[in-house]
Amino acid sequence: MIKVQGVNKFFGPLHVLKDIHLNVDSGEKVVVIGPSGSGKSTLIRCMNLLETPSTGQIVIDGVDITAPKAPITKVRESVAMVFQQFNLYPHKTVLENLTLAPTLIKKISRDEASESGLAFLERVGLREKADAYPAQLSGGQQQRVAIARALNMRPTVMLFDEPTSALDPEMIQEVLDVMVDLAKEGITMVVVTHEMGFAKQVADQVIFMDGGKILEKGSPEHFFTNPEHDRTKLFLSRILR
Amino acid sequence: MPGPFAGFKWLALMNDWSVFAEGFVQTILLSALGLTLALGLGIFFGLLGTSHVKLFKLLNRVYVEFIQNTPLVIQIFFLYHGLPHLGIMLPVFVVGVLGVGVYHGAYIAEVIRAGVESVPKGQLEAAYSQGFSYWGAMIHIVLPQAKRISYPPLTNQAVNLIKNTSVLAMVAGGELMYHADSWSSNNLYYGPSYVVTGLLYLSLCFPLATYAKRMERKLEVSS
Repeated sequence: MIKVQGVNKFFGPLHVLKDIHLNVDSGEKVVVIGPSGSGKSTLIRCMNLLETPSTGQIVIDGVDITAPKAPITKVRESVAMVFQQFNLYPHKTVLENLTLAPTLIKKISRDEASESGLAFLERVGLREKADAYPAQLSGGQQQRVAIARALNMRPTVMLFDEPTSALDPEMIQEVLDVMVDLAKEGITMVVVTHEMGFAKQVADQVIFMDGGKILEKGSPEHFFTNPEHDRTKLFLSRILR
Repeated sequence: MPGPFAGFKWLALMNDWSVFAEGFVQTILLSALGLTLALGLGIFFGLLGTSHVKLFKLLNRVYVEFIQNTPLVIQIFFLYHGLPHLGIMLPVFVVGVLGVGVYHGAYIAEVIRAGVESVPKGQLEAAYSQGFSYWGAMIHIVLPQAKRISYPPLTNQAVNLIKNTSVLAMVAGGELMYHADSWSSNNLYYGPSYVVTGLLYLSLCFPLATYAKRMERKLEVSS
């Protein structure tokens, strides 16, 4: 589903991604962990071309998005992203947030988009907030709306860029619950997070990044019980207390 | 000798009210078309200023700095007296629309640029991530948010634009100030002429300025 091959990324003199190779199969749940500044957010942002790789190739569902004149807006319709800062559209109601792109970009009728939108709001437990504005919601509620907004595009891939990092501790669980529920489906998920419990629970593959490189990848069992790299051990010992 | 505001001078003005009415209508037309042009130029050059392309940014700076740092009178004189030497003869009304439009377009460009830059970068990214193009994201996501912030300063620009159409009097512009000036230089009834003219400008500008203040207060409350 996602093939990352030999990707490097420079920000000026900064070499933030170093020769990244990664395969994500259809339906697979991949969790990317690592310290701040390790390049994990940059990597996931390359997967929908919010960042353009300096070199290397990324293929999504058979489409090379790093090729010149790649149909990137078309690819983005089926690769949804959930952001750390939610990025809901503040001038639109919750339901309008969900229906805007489906009606304008995918040309789905307003009624149909509203109907499915309300169903997704129901699923994240916020149907009664359909007519509220984002500013009237708590952080956890906003992030659940953002997930529903992503789902209403009917994506085949969901990218989560530290979805709980900006939340108050007591709101993290409600968002994770939605994500765990989502993971039961066939959708492909790539999640950058510091939530190790989530990684253990849903990941098919855990990726550990440090210094712009993938240091280690494997199943959660391998990863949390028997990590190879000293750097991974150190990171885990610090984060799992 | 009668004073500058003697009663018969007011009577004379009332008799010739149609002169002032004609000027007033011209000023409104000039302002409306000038503002349309200014908005178009302002949005276009303002967006150029928010671009990451160096050439676009440069075009924005050249336009804004050149126009903001030379007097409107000189720009109008250039259009009216300068262009004919290059073989371009523009009707004075067109000179007026172009003059105030281009002049205030530069100020509006700065208002738009500041408004767009006040919208968090994540908004554009969220729109991109859903498959919006640059223009789609601008029209549906970024500009509506920039608009809220830009409205009060935009209204102030509209007020300034209306007042600045009076500069056209210097090139026989056919608008309110010109008619007031030429009417009173014939009969020397300057007092009533300029008072009435001032009040007419006030009747256009004051409601707009009040509207801007009210929106500004509303924005403060909501943010």
